[in-house]
Amino acid sequence: MSYHFNFDWVATYWPVFLSGIWMTIQLILVGGICGIALGIFCAWARTQGPRWLGWIVAIYVELIRNTPFLIQLFFIFFGLPAIGVHMNEVAAAMLAMVINLGAYSAEIIRAGIEATPKGQFEAGASLAMSPIQTFRHVVLVPALQKIWPALASQVVIVMLGSSVVSQIAVQDLTYAANFTQSRTFRAFEAYFASTLIYLGLAIVLRFALLRFGDMIFATRRRATR
Amino acid sequence: MSLIAIDALRKSYGSNEVLKGIDLKIEKGEVIALIGKSGSGKSTLLRCINGLETINEGAITVGGQQLVNDELHLRNLRQKVGMIFQQFNLFPHKTAGQNVMLAQQVVKKKPKAEAEAMARRMMERVGLADKFDSYPDQLSGGQQQRVAIARALAMEPTALLCDEVTSALDPELVAEVLQVVRDLAKEGMTLVMVTHEMAFARDVCSRLVFMHQGRIHEVGRPEEVFANPKTPELRSFIGMAH
Amino acid sequence: MTQFTLSAIVMALIHATGWTVVLSLVSFAGGGLLGLVLLFARIGKSRWLQILVKGYTELFQGTPLLMQLFLAFFGLGLFGIDVAPWVAATVALILWTAAFLAEIWRGCVTAIPKGQWEASASLGMTYFEQMRHVVLPQALKISIPPTVGFSVQVVKGTALTSIIGFVEVTKAGTILANATFQPFTVYGLVALIYFCLCFPLSYSAKVLERKMNVAHRH
Repeated sequence: MSYHFNFDWVATYWPVFLSGIWMTIQLILVGGICGIALGIFCAWARTQGPRWLGWIVAIYVELIRNTPFLIQLFFIFFGLPAIGVHMNEVAAAMLAMVINLGAYSAEIIRAGIEATPKGQFEAGASLAMSPIQTFRHVVLVPALQKIWPALASQVVIVMLGSSVVSQIAVQDLTYAANFTQSRTFRAFEAYFASTLIYLGLAIVLRFALLRFGDMIFATRRRATR
Repeated sequence: MSLIAIDALRKSYGSNEVLKGIDLKIEKGEVIALIGKSGSGKSTLLRCINGLETINEGAITVGGQQLVNDELHLRNLRQKVGMIFQQFNLFPHKTAGQNVMLAQQVVKKKPKAEAEAMARRMMERVGLADKFDSYPDQLSGGQQQRVAIARALAMEPTALLCDEVTSALDPELVAEVLQVVRDLAKEGMTLVMVTHEMAFARDVCSRLVFMHQGRIHEVGRPEEVFANPKTPELRSFIGMAH
Repeated sequence: MTQFTLSAIVMALIHATGWTVVLSLVSFAGGGLLGLVLLFARIGKSRWLQILVKGYTELFQGTPLLMQLFLAFFGLGLFGIDVAPWVAATVALILWTAAFLAEIWRGCVTAIPKGQWEASASLGMTYFEQMRHVVLPQALKISIPPTVGFSVQVVKGTALTSIIGFVEVTKAGTILANATFQPFTVYGLVALIYFCLCFPLSYSAKVLERKMNVAHRH
């Protein structure tokens, strides 16, 4: 009953994995940047924006946070074409990730904004800045700095969650594992390898995000001193 | 034999030596104040006596038993020596009465009725008999600190260590806590306290210990120490305190 | 082509939702028990147990749940066990849930101020007594909101078990979408069902947390 692990397939299939990794990286780059941008907008809408917009954002955030990413993905890729909205699988995956991260990061960033002392808003107003100017120049950066580690964790979670986009045939890292196991019947080895790669990606991504945060916020700090 | 004997005690955090060879003997019934600037090591010394800090060199003996850093020895030590903290550290999920009862039941294995009777006596003693069922966040800082004193007393310690027990209190609440400490001193309890209340220390203490940069600089009866400080450090400290 | 009425679709989905609920409950209960064991190993005094559990949590939090499901599905097969999807699903979800809950709870234990440890130590309590009477009761109280909050993640996590073939509401949705050619309606309904399961949980987590912040005046 002893099982012999066999990694000979690596020699043939490594390019599949490599392009899968590249796809996963592209997904999280687009999803991460646009998702955080959407999150900033939504956080603004909920804290400073007009009331009606705040309500729409609140509903959006709750809808996304209380349904599985997989269903969001299926709805976008399979459901939307039924009402005439078509897109290819990569676009659907990216859109789903942006919408998903947008909702989570909105809540995280909002917490950072709400932790900003009221005096900051008042100081901005007293200098004759408009509310939007105050938000952009006075409130946003310290708020982002405060919640940056939480935001970084959320981006990593979304990256790991992106493994389900293989279900709509996006050729990401998980797809590479599926593909390899269907050809070689070395299922355990293929998934084991891709799991380790995901772990590596998660560690590198987290580290990079934290360093990036240190960098941009540290220069800000120095500049204000 | 001294109740507490500290012998060539050294303690450092990393490369920072905060206690640089402390020798001190404390007799039963003495009331001792450790005074000195912040960072002089007085709080650390107090925490060492209770085993909250592990020492690097030297020895501490309490009631003839050397302080060894294992759970059984520490448990024995701490039943003899109680501690009151600057931040009270009451257990927020228990009422004042339960705070005083808990360790009696858990550590001393006293039956509940006995622990409760003792707790009520101690609450009475600190003047809070009517607050037995209040939770800590329903009490003022001064009341919380008095509950903390009752909690330590319920373990029937032979000595009490008081670490800046009035420093976290609003000025108008300081007196009620000091009164409790004063009563304890009168009743003959051995007290070792770190304090910034110089007038109180002068009044109540049998000896003052002035610490400076991790060493004991001067020891003496309060009136001597205050009347003619021998070192410039103490002179300047007294000048600051007034 | 068979005609599917909306009510027939809804009935079929609700039927499958039962399995989502069962799997969620089992995963949460099992994960909670295992998480408790991991928690005690993590906050205990044995150094190598701490490192082991830390490694465990990093591994499960740093890899996709989908991969864990695949590995459970194909990995258990290596031992010659013929694994049904529900077995692999349950095993993987329990292991995954335990990792997260252990970490959440550890955060609650470390949130207890140092003064509580010192005060109980100065009263002569042993490590075990401090845990039992002082630290854990307080940690338990603050752990309730984040624990309820995490249950939402478990419910949503069960959706992934459809991929290894466990028929719960997502899988039923996929089957129905293919059969009815009404993916918009079907996936919309599936999303609605998840929302009805998850929103009460996340909402009560929020309410509990707000209550706690009010109760903690200091």
